[in-house]
Amino acid sequence: MTTQKPETAKAAEVAVGGGAANAAGATGLANVAGAPEFMPKIVAFCCYYCAYSAADLAGSLRLQYPPTIRVIEVPCSGKVDPVILLRAFEEGADGVYVAGCMEGDCHFLKGNFRAKKRVQAVKKILDQIGLGGQRLEMFNLSAAMGTRFAEIATDMTRRIEELGPSPIRPEALAARKAAAGAKEQGEVKTR
Amino acid sequence: MSAAIAAEPKVAGAAAGVAGARSAAEGAGTPESKYKTGSRLERVLRDGHFAVTCEIGPPQSAKSEKIREHAGVLKDVSDGQNLTDNQTAIVRLCSLAAAVHVKAAGGEPIMQMTARDRNRIAIQADILGAASLGIHNLVCLGGDHQTFGNHPGARNVHDIDSIQMIQMVRAMRDERKFQCGDEIKTDEPRMFVGAAENPFGDPFEFRVRRLAKKVTAGAEFIQTQCIFDLKRFEEFMKMVRDAGLDEKVYILAGLTPAKSDKALKYMQTVPGMKVPDELIKRMAGAEDKKAEGVKITVEMIQAVREIKGVAGVHVMAIAWESIVPEIVEKAGLLPRPRVA
Amino acid sequence: MIVAEPKPIAEVAGLIKAAKHVLVVGCGECVTVCQAGGEKEVEILASALRILWKIEGKDGTIGTQTIVRQCEPEYVVELAKKLKNADCVLSLGCGVGVQFIAEAYLDKWVVPGLNTKFAGGTVKAGIWEERCGFCGDCVLHLTGGICPIIRCSKSILNGPCGGSQEGHCEVNKEISCAWQLIYDRLKGLGKLDLLDVIQPAKNWQTSRDGGPRKFVKEEAMIE
Repeated sequence: MTTQKPETAKAAEVAVGGGAANAAGATGLANVAGAPEFMPKIVAFCCYYCAYSAADLAGSLRLQYPPTIRVIEVPCSGKVDPVILLRAFEEGADGVYVAGCMEGDCHFLKGNFRAKKRVQAVKKILDQIGLGGQRLEMFNLSAAMGTRFAEIATDMTRRIEELGPSPIRPEALAARKAAAGAKEQGEVKTR
Repeated sequence: MSAAIAAEPKVAGAAAGVAGARSAAEGAGTPESKYKTGSRLERVLRDGHFAVTCEIGPPQSAKSEKIREHAGVLKDVSDGQNLTDNQTAIVRLCSLAAAVHVKAAGGEPIMQMTARDRNRIAIQADILGAASLGIHNLVCLGGDHQTFGNHPGARNVHDIDSIQMIQMVRAMRDERKFQCGDEIKTDEPRMFVGAAENPFGDPFEFRVRRLAKKVTAGAEFIQTQCIFDLKRFEEFMKMVRDAGLDEKVYILAGLTPAKSDKALKYMQTVPGMKVPDELIKRMAGAEDKKAEGVKITVEMIQAVREIKGVAGVHVMAIAWESIVPEIVEKAGLLPRPRVA
Repeated sequence: MIVAEPKPIAEVAGLIKAAKHVLVVGCGECVTVCQAGGEKEVEILASALRILWKIEGKDGTIGTQTIVRQCEPEYVVELAKKLKNADCVLSLGCGVGVQFIAEAYLDKWVVPGLNTKFAGGTVKAGIWEERCGFCGDCVLHLTGGICPIIRCSKSILNGPCGGSQEGHCEVNKEISCAWQLIYDRLKGLGKLDLLDVIQPAKNWQTSRDGGPRKFVKEEAMIE
């Protein structure tokens, strides 16, 4: 399943303008003419008892969802620490989500409530550092919800496509550095 | 009609009327005599009259005209006029200076001092200063917390509390000692010491015990928080009598004339105030709200006069000082008694 | 324990702006308990700041180290190795920790990542409240174990004041009136007569009013 780039027209506009970064955090990379389409890198922390089982079920049912999701199995969504959510972003993830059991049905009773609060706290941090809390989300589903799993994956992918690549993707950082270098050289030439 | 004590020699200038404040002719009071201070309020109370005190709120500026104006209006209808001390933690012309202005206008100032803004060093210094300027009455208060005022970021002092302040002021007068124990070698400040009490504060059962503490510490008169709930005040006074406190301290019932039912509703929100709903209904139904407010206050004065142990009333009409003469007259409390 | 709160990230970012190599230092004692500056919080903050620097296009490194406690020179020296190449220390210790680090590394720019608030304890998971006023002359035996210096907004020793209403302090409804608490506690213990005694004016010299304080235990001094 290929992804549609919703901002083609905008991209052309921006490319003409020299590839400056837009407010949503997109870099010059995706908007430079000739660059590959933006394929989001999304990390999904899925709890063994519900979310991961739902992922298995989605697979058995041959349900289609974007190939953007990297699933990481955890024994309980409550095992997810704010540190690893931030680390995922630090390593270049465009989006992250935590998927746990339905509220009230957590195998370890309150794990998913802890996860919910931690996700809220990290969303705030992401807003404060300019990455944007929308790149992180918490979802709840049961082991029987294969369809829901695929739906979440699709919805999150769409959201991240709209937000654009993370401004700190290694390629984005490299491109920015190159652009900065070129600009400086240009300045030197005109002096 | 004026019951001022001996007239002081007037001195031209801002501090008029304070020279000779401590002369024997004025009756500064001695440890041996019936009257401990030169206070008119003390004389009225010790002579057994039903006392009337009222309040003047100093301005948020250096202007003294209004203070003198109010003093002029109130001096003949009351035995003492309180000057509030940075009330609700809003910076105002200080009580000491305002008291000097009241005295210059012929009134009987009752200075107020909070524990919130000054440490024991400053308080004692201000008391010496006040006494040297002919001020004889001092009410010792804790003070509203500064978060209520316009300088919430100020460091609050509370070096001593109101009870410790009462002890300190009495010791300066009767033992001629500073708080540290050093002797006051001459001209000790002789203050008639008062305190406040809230008959509606919590814990209710403890209020009278705390009043007893203030009396033990040396409070000579008490001005209560304004009363609207007569029943609760009667309960309070019964507990006071049962503890024998009515014989040891002069209790002045606090009253405030309300201008409207809105004003009463607002007072319901102030911590430490209890306003019965019937009163608000009564006000709401009245055509001339101000007149009704006066009527209610007059009725309250007459009611508290009947309660054994109440030695007077403290009429707090801040921003409506002009109404006090009418209230005092209608309550049958004029003329004010002549005292030596 | 000492309870502290993290400074807003924007403020912290401003403090380390001019630096190139920052070491974020945590403390394993009080601030770990109140979850403001322990190892976890250090890693979270460091990661967040690295992301921030990357977004701003800023070059530099942000490293981390958490020691047993910052208020003890014998642990502070353990920072030496990682500090060699650092030009800034962001301490997530309480105010005491920040100062001990600054004193031990005079050539390093040391900045606080926390606002140290009070001495208190855990009321409930996630809620810490102030309890001790550090007056230096404890009178908790007179008040049934409730500190009037710090739990009463006016530090009254002969309370309550007139603003106590339904067990709340006049300052705001969330604060219990300490003297209501004291009254209830002593009533339950049958010791209400303690409240009839007039507590004299306090000698504040043992408190911060007398100047910075010191405690020396001779037999613990090894030369």
